[in-house]
Amino acid sequence: MSAVRDSATPSKLTSRIILVVVALVFAVPILSMLEFTFRAGIDGGHDLGHWAAIVDPENARKYRVLFQGIGNSVILAAVTVLIVVVLLLPTMILVKLRFPKLQRVLEFVCIIPITVPAIVLVVGLAPVYSVVAKLLGSAPWTLAFAYGITVLPYAYRAIAANLQSVDVGTLAEAARTLGAGWGTVLFRVLLPNLRRGVLTAAVISVAVVLGEYTIASLLGRNTLQTSLVQVSKSDPFVAVAFALLALAFAFVLLFIIGRVGSIRRIRETP
Amino acid sequence: MSASATRRSGAGSAEADPAVSLPPTTTSDASAEPAAARPRRRPRWALLGLTPFALYTLLFLAIPTVTALATGFFDGDGAFTLDNLAALGEPAVLGAFASSFWVSAVTAVAGAVIGALVCYALLAVRPDGLIRTFVDAASSVLAQFGGVMLAFAFIATIGIQGLVTVFLKDRLGIDLFADGVWLYQVPGLLLPYLYFQVPLMVITFMPAMEGLKRTWSEANATLGGTRFTYWTRIAMPILAPSFLGSLLLLFANAFSSYATAAALISQGAQIVPLQIRGALISETVLGRENLAGSLAIGMIVVMVVMMTAYSALQARTERWQR
Repeated sequence: MSAVRDSATPSKLTSRIILVVVALVFAVPILSMLEFTFRAGIDGGHDLGHWAAIVDPENARKYRVLFQGIGNSVILAAVTVLIVVVLLLPTMILVKLRFPKLQRVLEFVCIIPITVPAIVLVVGLAPVYSVVAKLLGSAPWTLAFAYGITVLPYAYRAIAANLQSVDVGTLAEAARTLGAGWGTVLFRVLLPNLRRGVLTAAVISVAVVLGEYTIASLLGRNTLQTSLVQVSKSDPFVAVAFALLALAFAFVLLFIIGRVGSIRRIRETP
Repeated sequence: MSASATRRSGAGSAEADPAVSLPPTTTSDASAEPAAARPRRRPRWALLGLTPFALYTLLFLAIPTVTALATGFFDGDGAFTLDNLAALGEPAVLGAFASSFWVSAVTAVAGAVIGALVCYALLAVRPDGLIRTFVDAASSVLAQFGGVMLAFAFIATIGIQGLVTVFLKDRLGIDLFADGVWLYQVPGLLLPYLYFQVPLMVITFMPAMEGLKRTWSEANATLGGTRFTYWTRIAMPILAPSFLGSLLLLFANAFSSYATAAALISQGAQIVPLQIRGALISETVLGRENLAGSLAIGMIVVMVVMMTAYSALQARTERWQR
């Protein structure tokens, strides 16, 4: 049996060699960033000075832009996730249940943002946002409207994959037959089954929002990325340190989600 | 009200990008019929549920895209003109398109090959194991965290004072920048771009790799085939369409990437996104107010060609994955 499998899968050794080599190469820039943040001076010494400077209250004023940008990005991430959950998810469920013929249309709409580069979208977003600013003001969270579009392809795919594996139609029919209202169907029957897809969509959306620079910088908003660029001009060490923290944060988030997902999978298929 | 809802939901999709038509998919169900022509057996109120999303995509996707493309056809006074489009033929613009094109092509091909190798290696790893979760999480993060942080990372690595630069110079006597500092030029984009292209390839290509059925390798073995014949006669031909599809996606990804280049290249506008920035920021050049719009048209044309090819290939691949 193992002889049969062998032609399809690489040997453990080949597999490990490839993975280790690629992992090492990909680790170099990350390690370089880390080393950079420990540099003490031009003589090549290392210390914790730059990391200590971040938490030093004396520098609070200097890094205010940065903390403001982080705050804005967190708000933006939350609102963007809200848009995905309140706007995209119900639409996808509705289309799946009631308008299966519209499925291709919906998929098409959700994929378009990949085709339209962010820099192109910005050209047309500027006039739209001048209207938005008149109606809602130019508070940081309004940028989430644009981000909701940017994350559409990723969020759609995550939810669609989950929708495909769950027989939404039968579940809804069964619940309806047993006398459940649509609210019960949605919140107590469908959503628990779609938890993984929604969670993945949310996490990817957060990663996209935290990493977005193009739209924010050209519309002149202060987010994590734009403030990183601004701070990097006066204090590159702190900018790189925060970049590392953001990377680590997103990675840990995705890793935990991945672990939770695979543990569930093992339990479900003993 | 419900009639307008129908029209809106149709508008959100059909007008979103007039240049794109539904890809020629091969599925037999005639789902390509327009949204408005659906049967009316179901209560209309359900259609209302679609309006918020339709309105949202209309406002923040369709209108901006159409506006961006339309500005290319007007001059500063709002009169219709084709002058902006003529600018697409200028040497500087053509040069930027050429640079964008080769950077995207090189990183797409290299990224696709390396990424496919990683996917191949992952076949020997437990799909629910730690390594797999690690690679998945790392790929998702790195594919998204392009841009500014990536530029930082590579300045810290192969910048003039970068870790690798200094190491090579002091220990091995190799001067990375003997021919000038290329990191802040177009060639300097290659390595950073690869850093998000490879993870993207792992994400998009892994499902196809996993779609290879064990029965195929068993059949190969039963018929006396070797590992070599399995990969060259069975796996590679089956994977070819989705490999090419992912390759096109990588190309499009690099082509539209802006933030990394913006953070690395501070002077000049050697690639198209940077030229759009230039056109957007310095709108003072006389008679060239809407150059950004025409550059956007140029980009969209390239992207639409690529993505149409992608979905055509995708539709072909889906046949194998059922």
